[in-house]
Amino acid sequence: MQEFTRRTLLQGGTALAAAGALTGPALLDFAKAWAQASPWKPEKGAKLTVMRWKRFVPAEDDAFNAMVAAFKAATGTEMNVFSESFEDVQPKASVAANTGQGLDLAWGLHTLPQLFPTKVLKMNDVADYLGKKYGGWTDAAAVTCKQGNDWLGIPVATIGGYMTYRKSAMEKAGFKEFPKDFPGFLELCKALKKNNTPAGMALGHASGDANGWLHWMLWGHGAYTVDKNDKVIINSPETVKALEYTKALSDTFIPGTASWNDGSNNKAFLSGELYCTANGISIYVAAKDDPTKKELTEDTYHALYPVGPIGKPTELQLTVPILAFNFTKYPNAAKAFVAFMLEKESYDKWLSGARGYLTHTLNAYDNSPVWTADPKNQVFSQASKRSLPASGIGTPGEKAATAIADFLVVDMFANYCTGRETAKGAIAIAERQLKRIYR
Amino acid sequence: MADIALEPRTGRRPIREATTWDQIRANRNWLGFWFMLPAMAFLILFLAYPLGLGVWISFTDARIGRPGVFIGMENYEWLWGDSIFWLSVFNTLLYTTVASAIKFAIGLYLALLLNENMPFKAMLRALVLIPFIVPTVLSALAFWWIFDSQFSIISWSLKQMGLITDNINFLGDVAWARACVIFANIWRGVPFVAITLLAGLQTVSPSLYEAATLDGATSWQRFRFITYPLLTPIIAVVMTFSVLFTFTDFQLIWAMTRGGPVNATHLMATLSYQRAIIGGVLGEGAAISNAMIPFLLAAIMISWFGLQRRKWQQGESND
Repeated sequence: MQEFTRRTLLQGGTALAAAGALTGPALLDFAKAWAQASPWKPEKGAKLTVMRWKRFVPAEDDAFNAMVAAFKAATGTEMNVFSESFEDVQPKASVAANTGQGLDLAWGLHTLPQLFPTKVLKMNDVADYLGKKYGGWTDAAAVTCKQGNDWLGIPVATIGGYMTYRKSAMEKAGFKEFPKDFPGFLELCKALKKNNTPAGMALGHASGDANGWLHWMLWGHGAYTVDKNDKVIINSPETVKALEYTKALSDTFIPGTASWNDGSNNKAFLSGELYCTANGISIYVAAKDDPTKKELTEDTYHALYPVGPIGKPTELQLTVPILAFNFTKYPNAAKAFVAFMLEKESYDKWLSGARGYLTHTLNAYDNSPVWTADPKNQVFSQASKRSLPASGIGTPGEKAATAIADFLVVDMFANYCTGRETAKGAIAIAERQLKRIYR
Repeated sequence: MADIALEPRTGRRPIREATTWDQIRANRNWLGFWFMLPAMAFLILFLAYPLGLGVWISFTDARIGRPGVFIGMENYEWLWGDSIFWLSVFNTLLYTTVASAIKFAIGLYLALLLNENMPFKAMLRALVLIPFIVPTVLSALAFWWIFDSQFSIISWSLKQMGLITDNINFLGDVAWARACVIFANIWRGVPFVAITLLAGLQTVSPSLYEAATLDGATSWQRFRFITYPLLTPIIAVVMTFSVLFTFTDFQLIWAMTRGGPVNATHLMATLSYQRAIIGGVLGEGAAISNAMIPFLLAAIMISWFGLQRRKWQQGESND
């Protein structure tokens, strides 16, 4: 647990100085000025306990902590910040929601606020303030956090997942640029396999990676789990086509993808076993930070997801909303902190710290320095704009969140791709599970 | 005299009838009840209440953050037709049966071995305990690495020896994945069985073996007619706990496979957690948990009434 008190703030001077631009006096000065003019005045003696997911890019954590420290110093709000692994944030937030205590704010995966909408503090005023000031919210981010006209949380960022590939392997396979459509992508993967430089994407219970790319496959073929009225429509010719295409694709993969979790492709790519995968920017960042991987870093590139037969981007990118619980004793402090996080002076530095791992959800940040700092980051800047919400074309909410959490789409593809089920059988299982959830 | 004797004595209060409260205070059974009350309260609060709450939740559509309403048997009806639930039942039974049987066999063998006089006996006993003292999640992560599809040390070694050309798809293949999680459970559970049985073996009087040896009994006969009967009560206890621990295992599976590939290693415990906590459907998760109770009761019944049909249980000597 990271506790920011006056003493630790002073003692942490060395660390803050080391972080340089991220934590310099400019941020503190801005925080002080902001606190004076803020629409939300933290309650006297306010103390916020914040849970977030463990960072994948260390500098992002440094930038976040600097922001917390500046907010604390400017407003006098005590801040307790602790991190949990991605998978543990939601269960722990659920316990807090159920018991009505323990946390004030939780920052987690896209489905979080929709899982317990009656337990969150409505953030309409914060969303309105930020949206007006920074060019409005991206569609997927807004849909992810809204229920009717109410904002259940604030979409802080989107973790973009795109193609990460070795350029030399792609060129050896006979491609000058990364394919932009599904047939071209399949041909590339076939050629990569032939050259013993295979592609591979998770078919296991990987919350981010597997759900991400397999929903892209499903939606790219025009198939959806439910329609806009939440009627289950998974049993369709489009789903069969999606399965057949994905089976052909998975036949080109490196063996073992059925067991992969979120970290497996990172390991395989960085060790030189894997040459093309769908992932966040973390593989590239890790390679860049490792002096022994200079060659791999230079050879690693990113590309947008190819577009399916439907003819437009159909991506599931991971929006990461922050929510405040309605039982918090300090709602103003909570709102002030969330608003402060997304102010330009704080947020740009945070995005830079995340080095492309986090993508903005407010349109005004399209030109943030991080997207031009390294040309290879640029692809990820579009994640929030190209994404559909986790519910696809259906209604966001508890049921859509449950379907994602239960890996229904992932299991359907894995059942067929591993040969456990026929296409008909795999779809029938998914359909039954969806009817169970959407009953 | 008789008249005088029958007159009531002046200055003394008449004997009043004992009230219920007096009886409760004086009754030794009630005194016992008062002494038992804290324990009862503890059991009700921490054992019976959660169980009752779990059963109640399974009859509701409760989700995280809201209590839900009574929906009768609906959760159970959906589970009845749920292929993933039945797959988890099959996985749990397979996992429990195979792992418990092998753990018992290896544990008994080690216990018999460590009960013999041999050099470095104390050190060997300590070594046997190593898997038990390593935190479960740590050992699960170690096995996850050992069985990794790309970086398995086993695949690497076999390839170096020229025995295989491609990596073995340990956790990505259904049969291999089941075998791997069962292996990890056996590795972790053997020390408990071995050390407990060893403790039981140490209570067997050496004079029985001496007498049997003098009578010309073979080592198998000594085991069959001395060791095994005297070890039966310990075996019953060990196997009961071993089966219960294995049936309700969660950490190993969750850390190694998350129930994959394609739900082939999902146990009832992991599926319950996934549906209730990750998916937020508390009612259904509780129903899956409750579905474990009949299996667990059956395991206990077999253990206690099958293995311990002996009179010493009732305080009498054996036939």
